[in-house]
Amino acid sequence: MRRFLRPGHDPVRERLKRDLFQFNKTVEHGFPHQPSALGYSPFLRLMAIGTRSGAIKLYGAPGVEFMGLHEENNTVMQIHFIPDQCQLVTLLDDNSLHLWSLKQHRGTSELREEHRFTLKGPPGSPPSATQVTAVLPHSSREVLYLGTESGNIFVVELPSFRVLEDRTITPEAVLERIPEDNCNRRSCELVEALREHPKNPDQILIGYSRGLIVLWDLQNNKTTHHFLGSQQLENLYWQRDGSKFISCHYDGSYSQWPVSSDNSQSEPLENTVPYGPFPCKAISKIYWQTTKNGLPYIIFQGGMPRASYGDRHSISVIHGSQQTAFDFTSRVIDFFIIFSSDPAAEFDDPSALVVLAEEELVVIDLKSAGWPAVHPPYLASLHCSAITCSHHVSNIPLKLWERIISAGSKQNIHYSSMPWPIDGGTNIAPDPPQRDLLLTGHEDGTVRFWDASGVCLHLLYKLSTVRVFLTDADPNDNMNTLGEDEWPPLRKVGTFDPYSDDPRLGIQKIYLCKYSGYLAVAGTAGQVLVMELNDEDAEHVVDHAEADLLQDQEGYRWKGHEKLKTRDGPVRFEAGFQPFVLVQCQPPAVVTSLALHSEWRLVAFGTSHGFGLFDHQQKRLVFVKCTLHPSDQLALEGPLSRVKSLKKSLRQSFRRIRRSRVSSRKRRGGGGNASEVQEANAKFDQDVLQEMELAPVQRKIEARSAEDSFTGFVRTLYFADTFLRDSSRHCPSLWAGTNGGTVYAFCLRVPPAERRMDEPVRAEQAKEIQLMHRAPVVGILVLDGRSTPLPEPLEVAHDLSKSPDMQGSHQLLVVSEEQFKVFTLPKVSSKLKLKLTALEGCRVRKVTVANFGSCKTDDYSENDLAVLTNLGDIQIISLPFLKLQIRYPCIRKEDVSGIASCVFTKYGQGFYLISPSEFERFSLSTKWLVEPRCIVDMPEVTSNNLVHKPGTENAARKS
Amino acid sequence: EFRRFSLERSKPGKFEEFYGLLQHVHKIPNVDVLVGYTDIHGDLLPINNDDNYHKAVSTANPLLRIFIQRKEDADYSAFGTDTMTRKKNVLSNVLRPDNHKKKPHIVISMPQDFRPVSSIIDVDILPETHRRVRLYKYGTDKPLGFYIRDGSSVRVTPHGLEKVPGIFISRLVPGGLAQSTGLLAVNDEVLEVNGIEVSGKSLDQVTDMMIANSRNLIITVRPANQRNNVVRNSRTSGSSGQSTESSLPSSTPNILGSLLQGEEESDEEDIIIEDSGEPQQIPKATPASESIESLSQIELLHESTQNGFLPSSEMNLNHSTGSISMEHEAPEPGRKSLEEDGTIITL
Repeated sequence: MRRFLRPGHDPVRERLKRDLFQFNKTVEHGFPHQPSALGYSPFLRLMAIGTRSGAIKLYGAPGVEFMGLHEENNTVMQIHFIPDQCQLVTLLDDNSLHLWSLKQHRGTSELREEHRFTLKGPPGSPPSATQVTAVLPHSSREVLYLGTESGNIFVVELPSFRVLEDRTITPEAVLERIPEDNCNRRSCELVEALREHPKNPDQILIGYSRGLIVLWDLQNNKTTHHFLGSQQLENLYWQRDGSKFISCHYDGSYSQWPVSSDNSQSEPLENTVPYGPFPCKAISKIYWQTTKNGLPYIIFQGGMPRASYGDRHSISVIHGSQQTAFDFTSRVIDFFIIFSSDPAAEFDDPSALVVLAEEELVVIDLKSAGWPAVHPPYLASLHCSAITCSHHVSNIPLKLWERIISAGSKQNIHYSSMPWPIDGGTNIAPDPPQRDLLLTGHEDGTVRFWDASGVCLHLLYKLSTVRVFLTDADPNDNMNTLGEDEWPPLRKVGTFDPYSDDPRLGIQKIYLCKYSGYLAVAGTAGQVLVMELNDEDAEHVVDHAEADLLQDQEGYRWKGHEKLKTRDGPVRFEAGFQPFVLVQCQPPAVVTSLALHSEWRLVAFGTSHGFGLFDHQQKRLVFVKCTLHPSDQLALEGPLSRVKSLKKSLRQSFRRIRRSRVSSRKRRGGGGNASEVQEANAKFDQDVLQEMELAPVQRKIEARSAEDSFTGFVRTLYFADTFLRDSSRHCPSLWAGTNGGTVYAFCLRVPPAERRMDEPVRAEQAKEIQLMHRAPVVGILVLDGRSTPLPEPLEVAHDLSKSPDMQGSHQLLVVSEEQFKVFTLPKVSSKLKLKLTALEGCRVRKVTVANFGSCKTDDYSENDLAVLTNLGDIQIISLPFLKLQIRYPCIRKEDVSGIASCVFTKYGQGFYLISPSEFERFSLSTKWLVEPRCIVDMPEVTSNNLVHKPGTENAARKS
Repeated sequence: EFRRFSLERSKPGKFEEFYGLLQHVHKIPNVDVLVGYTDIHGDLLPINNDDNYHKAVSTANPLLRIFIQRKEDADYSAFGTDTMTRKKNVLSNVLRPDNHKKKPHIVISMPQDFRPVSSIIDVDILPETHRRVRLYKYGTDKPLGFYIRDGSSVRVTPHGLEKVPGIFISRLVPGGLAQSTGLLAVNDEVLEVNGIEVSGKSLDQVTDMMIANSRNLIITVRPANQRNNVVRNSRTSGSSGQSTESSLPSSTPNILGSLLQGEEESDEEDIIIEDSGEPQQIPKATPASESIESLSQIELLHESTQNGFLPSSEMNLNHSTGSISMEHEAPEPGRKSLEEDGTIITL
């Protein structure tokens, strides 16, 4: 209603708004949540990943990515590329088949669903008759063979999905030429695998679940060979020359079968149980790759001794005497091998093993000694330890960028130097206009630095704060090392490790000054670290200070966690950001706000008890202010930490189980594995949720009062050089906003640079504003005489911003969860306000100043507030007049963690978590859009299906 | 003195213009008067704003009888005693439902002159089945004291009866404001919060809206017990004759909108403590900003009038600029004359 009362539409402004604002969800970064299927096209050199929610994502060269979503939102079970086509077929768990195509449209390729199809049996037949279990796209590209639970193999024409009924391969036809004493109808139940002969497209190998394998001649419609396996069949693989094939079985064995023209029934050449002799788990997939030197690579999934290692997620690679079982921390979904796709080549010559695990993608370089992992340029596992906070810094100066990359490269020496092997398609997106960093804080006390400039979110550098503290976990107690010289030759790979040794290490707030390279991070147990970038390893003592935020408040008891113990003496730090100051808040509650002023060398931090200011130049605490209301018992007892500690104890007990299992793994019987832990966690969460749902849904309507809990919780801290006391002199100031709607302003006296070490920094409280609506203050901002937000520290010194206007009068913008208010300075009088909650029932969750440039003219840009509400809407509000410009629905309002994780950039983009492992990137700006623009060229294909040469494809990509 | 003049019924214009016209035809340009009219039931009702002026004109049949009294010696009780009609109590009920006892010597003045208390408001513009309740939190230590829940109600729609989700009052806290005023009851359906319809909003949204408005909460409900509605059959008050027919959404926004506009001025003001001094209210940044002295003075004045009606109309004026002492805005000096009274009275 309020909207209608506003002055009417201004057509000029409306036009300008169209040039400035536009909402797009541009790209998803990170690792797909709950992947369920993997596919690869050696022809296109593209990889496809399907998920349990029905999404399908294609990846090629860095920057080449496509996404599709099945309307049904059903789990993607299988993905098969059509040979030598820009097409793929997906099978969902509702037994529907979908044909997707990459089509070029306006200069870029797009992934589109072309057809869908569900196999239908004759009326009255059981659903198993048409339940598809195996899919074989034939190299003729005209038909698809669909093996079913009933043992029938249906043939459908592409792309129409017309069933060619006369070509159906029935079990009866298959059994016709097989002696009856070996086989009966039951041998042909459930088609497990369908494989086309590598040299002769008229022959397909059919593997039935019970062990029968037949070679079927498509021309004559008859069985030419049959092979009787004694074990339940899991999968089949043809050797390159078509003279032999491998079958792998449920009992952990694999067999090699010769296919000779003279004998229609043969015995296996070799039957091996690689991890015998005790019972082993199934080998679910196997590759047999030939090499020039004669020794094949045998690569298979599973097969571990059932009793001791049955819970491991492993893929084994055997090459002559070398054997490694790559041990993954999460379930292996599927894998493939990248090998020579040149049909003329005599050998497979495998180059890389690509494994899709439930929580990460791991690529192993098979060409380099020791089989090192390859650092993936995309699909990063953001959640290798749970993300606890994020911080975005736009437009990083080149110097800092290079130093961070160099620090990161020193951490990545164990990675292979192999170029990324999945390199199909061409990225035609323009180079990112600037260097952007996304910093994520994690539960295990690490901060990860991501290159967020372009489509590929790429890990540059990982910082760990753990070294500063003494933790329960002994660094030598590494499960990895236990695997050495043991059988099976397990080797842990990947980075996904959901276990945190100590939840107190969790990072809660990050602030990076891109000009000075100072970094402040703050964590769960009240720890605040200030760090400096150092290009060399160094060993030094971290200065340690304590900030007693309760001051002289008496009679309080902190029932939460203890503070972290620090290491005495010098600590060795690797090149990169190295801490030099540690401030520990007392009580050690979660740090809820953090601000760093690199020019004044001050760091401010706040918890639920108060806030403090620390001079990191002189390494001296300047002041602390207790914001606690005397009656607020809850804040002291730390109920949040109680919840945490429950979670912690659960985690620890699981960890204990895991550890004991590792140490006593010769014994029978394993404990829970990672996925079981997750399931248990999920179940626990669900139980808690259910309990909450059972409570009657009613809401108390009560005005807020000063006595409410957590009113002293410090939500925001802000440094500003402004007119705090009188309009003639400006001075440094620190502003703090609390959950109870109070704003504190402190006047700071920072000695000039030449006497910076000699004189102390002084602070004096100058103002305290109590918002009568008492809603939490989530943002504080000072606007200069031109109504422009004050620049960041050192921004002016680096000539990247105009110096602020100190002539005109400054204004203070206070953003609470409910209202936006502008006050004059230095005398505080209210000037403007915009009520949000009273009118719309939504609350501010995140707010940032963003600069919006016009897409039409280069010389126009303006600053606005980008606001995310608790309903998941994004609103853009003009400065300084606080007019709502535009509103976009962005995140589902039920997606609380998505809303909580949202971070805006300075130029109108943003990120939020759509799953624990994926950031959705969005843009509010017409000018700053980072989205995939890529093209996949169809290499020339002649009528011969095996003509494709990688060389020509490369040439085509380069052109 | 009697004057007879004509008005165009379709274009009655604004109350201020009409007021000027009255002063003109009576040749009393500088005399403040109270204007009243007799409605179709013979009740004497005041005309003091655009709404009741339009009502008066639209219900005139065909003559509109206007009574004018000089304000200084106006018999305020004319609207509330037996002189005209015996149904006067209805009006006072409407204006002050918690004060049913006859108080003949108390001046029934403009609604905004009353000490703000929780009340039923906008009776004349709402359908009888609805009730708009204003809960004044200020001045009491009582909590608002109620809970809301999700539920469903049956609505008449073009497609017949439909079950639609709604928000209901689920519990009243004993001793709370909601319970003690007796204006809200369990299972009342909440239709609007401070003029904003709640349909389509979630329980959490409505909760947030109510809390955000908790200092001056206006809830429109459909009472669960329809028998306790303000009795407003055609005999008691003609002023409602037409508005009951108009539907809620179409008729209310404008009126409530202007109401909120007025509220905006008197909205809560934040407090500032400078240099650890005394807490003060943050003034509005207006060109003629007030000194602290005048602020505290007004505060005192309000303090003294907290529990009763203002003894003089000059005080009334002061009070009308800020409805609650903690939340008021300093009056501009220029307003200290009676002439300005009419301009401030905008509902």
